[in-house]
Amino acid sequence: MTVKIVNLKVNGVDKALMAKPETTLLLALREHLGLMGAKRGCAQGACGSCTVLLDGDPVVSCLVPAVAVDGAEVGTVEGLADGRTLSDVQRAFVDGFATQCGFCTPGMIMSAEALLERNPDPTDDEINEAISGNVCRCTGYEPIVSAIRDAAATRRASAEARV
Amino acid sequence: MTLLHGRGYASVNYPTGMNLGGDPSQALIHATTTGGFVVTLSSVDLGQGLKTVVAQCAAETLGIPMENVIIDTADTDTGPHCMGTFASRGTHRVGNAVIMAAREAREVMLQVAADELEVDAGDLETDGTGYVHLKGSPDTKIHVQDVAMAAHFDQGKTISGRGIFLKERSYPVPETGEMDPDSCQAHACTVAEVEVDDETGVVTVLTLHNAYEIGRALNPAMVSQQIEGGAWMGVSHAVFESTEPYYPASRAHGPVDFCEYLMPGPAEIPAQTSVILERPAPNGPFGAKGIGEMTANAPIPAIANAIFDACGVRLTTMPFTPESVLRGLDALRAEGQG
Repeated sequence: MTVKIVNLKVNGVDKALMAKPETTLLLALREHLGLMGAKRGCAQGACGSCTVLLDGDPVVSCLVPAVAVDGAEVGTVEGLADGRTLSDVQRAFVDGFATQCGFCTPGMIMSAEALLERNPDPTDDEINEAISGNVCRCTGYEPIVSAIRDAAATRRASAEARV
Repeated sequence: MTLLHGRGYASVNYPTGMNLGGDPSQALIHATTTGGFVVTLSSVDLGQGLKTVVAQCAAETLGIPMENVIIDTADTDTGPHCMGTFASRGTHRVGNAVIMAAREAREVMLQVAADELEVDAGDLETDGTGYVHLKGSPDTKIHVQDVAMAAHFDQGKTISGRGIFLKERSYPVPETGEMDPDSCQAHACTVAEVEVDDETGVVTVLTLHNAYEIGRALNPAMVSQQIEGGAWMGVSHAVFESTEPYYPASRAHGPVDFCEYLMPGPAEIPAQTSVILERPAPNGPFGAKGIGEMTANAPIPAIANAIFDACGVRLTTMPFTPESVLRGLDALRAEGQG
């Protein structure tokens, strides 16, 4: 087994780690870099709790070999807040009671971030599609969809205020 | 092809807690040097919000802000005993135990404060913002942080309290079967509206209207979450989830991952309205009953009744699959009723 050095820009910071061929991006984040936000749920790419952004696109990090993404930019839930100030999506999840046990929440938030990055004004159908790969067992989804809708409105309002 | 509409309802009476061989939970509270109140429990928060609710109970009883309460459920080996978080018992059993412990700790807190202020403890009250003050004289006051410091470093006292709630075991009366197996019962009703496609057999749940009588709602936002999340699970049981017919005989042929084990996603959830009715239970913490497991129950028979109303097919086995609906319709047609 060849161990390779993998370079990643994680939440804007350059990181290097030693990865075996079977080291997934999820494992690299959690166990090599200590970022525990992305969760290991099914480890089959079906539950979405390990969702992170890879060069801006949402991926299930449990299915991505770390050695295959050398040089990539990775965004995790840890990179969203500015100090103690939550991002607009995080704030909307808290204000809208869009979590219960919280296991799906980091993945949901990263899927929502990716959606709002490419579509600032999504319809409910587009929100449903964006989180269709994220399984939630507690909330019944409705508060999550509402929170993403609220975050989109907040982000649009703050974008207009800046213009 | 016809889309058939139907409406059905179901009601549920649900016990809070279990009979077991007695059903106890304990809580211990102690103040830190800086006026934090640690509530030590063996009760586990599975995500239902137990930590929040018992922190509310502790803060309300102690008369201090929620921020001063620390809930510690770290270790069931060393913590005070709890039967567990199940049977919708957490809020009721643990809440009662925490209130008992908090009352004892509050008495010590007020005595320490009284000694510091050189007044009688019976004349003191808390304002909920962190101060203990003399009744009618709000300027004669001391902050709980200073009370805790004084207890530790001047008076040599622990501000602490012990609490236990025990539901004693109830035996049935042999002649009548009469017994008291639970502490109180919560009640609910769900009305479901469905659409049945008589060609494909697919059942779509359109709306759920829920009414829950759960004693006092200690945290209405979390109660609503519980109702709606539980209703989602009920819909999932009713028309999606199954390991049958493979489980347990041939596990390998059944659904082995979330791609095959069907659950409703965000696009398949019905519109919901929920109403909370409050009739406080005399033995509940601030009148609360349990609302946990019951939330998944009423939607299932309500949906079954709505399917019957829509197309005349009476289904008694979950999930209500397209196949079972079509077989039911075929049977009705064979009887000349379809």
